[in-house]
Amino acid sequence: MTTTAPLPAAGERSPTAVPAKRGAGRTARRRQLGACGILMTPFFALLVTVFLIPVATAVWLSFFGADEPGLGFGPERTVFVGLRSYAAVLTDPTFLSGLGIVVLYCVIYIPVMVLCALALALLLDSGVVRLRSWAQLGLFLPHAVPGIIAAIIWLYLYTPGLSPVIDLLGNAGITVDFLGIHTVVPSMVNIALWSNVGYNMVVFYAALQAVPHEVVEAAVVDGAGPVRTALQVKTPLIRASIVMVAMFTLIFALQLFTEPMLLSQNTPMISSRFSPSMYIYDAAFNRNNYGLAAAASVVLLVCTIALSYGVTRWTSRLDARSARAARREVAA
Amino acid sequence: MSARDIGAGGTVALRPRLLGRSTVNLVVAVSVLYTLLPVLWLVLAATKGRDALFGSDVLSLHDFAFFTNLRALFTQDGGLYGRWYLNSLLYAVLGAALGALISTACGYAFDKYRFRHKEKLFGLVLAAVMVPQTVLALPLYLMASGTGLVNTFWSVFIPVLFNPFGVYLGRIFSQGYVPDEVLEAARVDGAGELATYAKVSLRMLGPGIVTVFLFQLTGIWNNFFLPLVMLSDQHLYPVSLGLFSWNSQATVTPDYYPVVIAGSLLAVLPLILAFALLQRFWRSGLTAGAVK
Repeated sequence: MTTTAPLPAAGERSPTAVPAKRGAGRTARRRQLGACGILMTPFFALLVTVFLIPVATAVWLSFFGADEPGLGFGPERTVFVGLRSYAAVLTDPTFLSGLGIVVLYCVIYIPVMVLCALALALLLDSGVVRLRSWAQLGLFLPHAVPGIIAAIIWLYLYTPGLSPVIDLLGNAGITVDFLGIHTVVPSMVNIALWSNVGYNMVVFYAALQAVPHEVVEAAVVDGAGPVRTALQVKTPLIRASIVMVAMFTLIFALQLFTEPMLLSQNTPMISSRFSPSMYIYDAAFNRNNYGLAAAASVVLLVCTIALSYGVTRWTSRLDARSARAARREVAA
Repeated sequence: MSARDIGAGGTVALRPRLLGRSTVNLVVAVSVLYTLLPVLWLVLAATKGRDALFGSDVLSLHDFAFFTNLRALFTQDGGLYGRWYLNSLLYAVLGAALGALISTACGYAFDKYRFRHKEKLFGLVLAAVMVPQTVLALPLYLMASGTGLVNTFWSVFIPVLFNPFGVYLGRIFSQGYVPDEVLEAARVDGAGELATYAKVSLRMLGPGIVTVFLFQLTGIWNNFFLPLVMLSDQHLYPVSLGLFSWNSQATVTPDYYPVVIAGSLLAVLPLILAFALLQRFWRSGLTAGAVK
C-alpha cells in the first residue's frame, strides 16, 4: 500500500529540474536526485495516502449527503448537496456549543500552561533550586503517562468515594463537585496541564540553556535583579520556543477528545457531542451521517489552520516591531 | 533600557534574597508534588482491593491486594489484557522504529539534496504537523473499509507510521550530525549515494533516529482516537482502547475498578522505562525542536 501511491516529489527528480552545478556533472547530479527520491519516497507515499487523500476526501464528502440517512456509504449511495452540510453544522447548537467549550478551554488552558511552564523553567534556570534534575524528572513524569491513563487517574480523583482529594477537602469542610456544570472545563484543563506542564517546562528550560552567558552577565552587571533578568532578558530571548509551545498546545487543545470521551462515561455533564472532535465522531459513527461529519471536520480544520496562521503572523509582526525598536535604540 | 530602570530593579532585587530562595524552592516543591502525587495514588490504588479502594484507605497498607489485582487483570475476560499489551508493544515499537527510519531518511534528503520547490514541499510537511487527527479519521476509516483493511492490524499500523514532525527533526539532526564534507568525500571515493547513506550517514544520524523513535513511541502508545475508529475486534485493541472499554463497564460493575487501575499502572511502565533508558535522546530532541 505504501509503495503504490503517487509521489509528489516525482517532478523534482527529473534531471532537467536543476542545472548541474560546479562541474559535478549531469550523471552525478542525476544519481543524487535519484537517491534523494528513493529516500523521500516512503514518507511521501505515506503523506499522500494518510494525509492528502484523506483531507481531500473529507472536503469532497462534505459536499455530499445520503439520500436515505443511515444507509450504507460510498459515493453511489449519496447525492451532491452543496453547502447543505456546512449550513447544518454551523447552525447546529450542539456543534456551536462544542466550539464554545473548546474556545473556553483554550482561553483558560493555553495562558495557564504557558505561564506555569515558563515560570517553572525560569525558576529552575535561576540556579537557586535544590535537587534540580530530580525536580525536572518529577515534573516530567506525567508526560510518560498516556493521555487516557491520565484521564483515568484524574477521573478517579474526581469521583466521590474513590478520591482522597475529595475526602481531604470534605474533612476541611469544603465540598467540590469536580464534574459539575461549571467545573467540568477547569477539571479537564487540570488534566491537560498535569500531563503537559513538565514537558513544556523542559522545552523552555532547554531553550534557556541556549541563552548566551554574556547577555545574562551583562544584565547582572547593569544591576538587574534575578526577577528582572528572568522576565526582561531571558524571556524575550526564548520567544521562539514560547510561540512554538503555544502553537502546539493550541493545535492539541482544538482536538480535545480523549479526556471528555472518558469523563463522559461517568458524568452526565458531558454529552456525546461535547467538543467538535466528539461531534465528528458522533456524527460519523453513531449517526452514520458522513456528510455532516466531514463538514464538521473541514470546519475544525479551517479553524485550526486559521488560528495557527494568525499566531504565526501575529508573532512575526511582533518580531518585526521589536527588531525596529532595537534598531532605533542602537541608532539613538 | 534606561539607567533609571536598572537602578530601581537592582535595589528591589537585592532585598528579598533569602526569602526569594526559599519561596522559589517551595513553589518548585509544590509543583513536583502536584505532578507526582497522582502517580503515587495510582501505585497505591493498584495495591488495594475493591473495598479498600472505596473505603478511601488508599494511604494505609493493611489491605495489600496487588497480586490479587494482577491475577484478576490477566484473567479478566479470558486474559484480554495481555493481548492488548502485546498489541500496544507491537503497534508502538514496530511503528515507531519503522516510522523513525522513514521520517529521518526524508529529513536527511531535505537537508542534503537540492531540488526545485524544496521549501514548498517542506512547507507541506510542516502543514501536515498541524492537521488534527480527528479530521483525518473519518476519511481514513472509509478508505480502510474500502480496501478491506478496517478492523485489521494494518488500519492502525499504517497511519501511525506517518510522522511529519519526525521529518522536521530529521532535517535538523542531519544538519547537526552529518557534515556535508562526509558526503563530498564519499562522492570523491566513488561511493554511491544510497550506499553512503546506509553505511556512513545512517550511523551518524543514529542519536537523531533514536530521538524521533522515542517521540513517536510516546505518540503511538498514547494513540486512542484511531484505534477507537478503526477497530471493533477486542483482540486487536491496544491497551488505551481496552482500558477505555473496561472503564465503561466499571460504572456498571465496580469489580472492574481494581482491574482498570492495575492495568493503567502497567500501561505506564514501558514509557517510563523508555524515557529512563533514552534520557539523553529526548533532551536533545526537545532542544532541537525548541531552539531552532
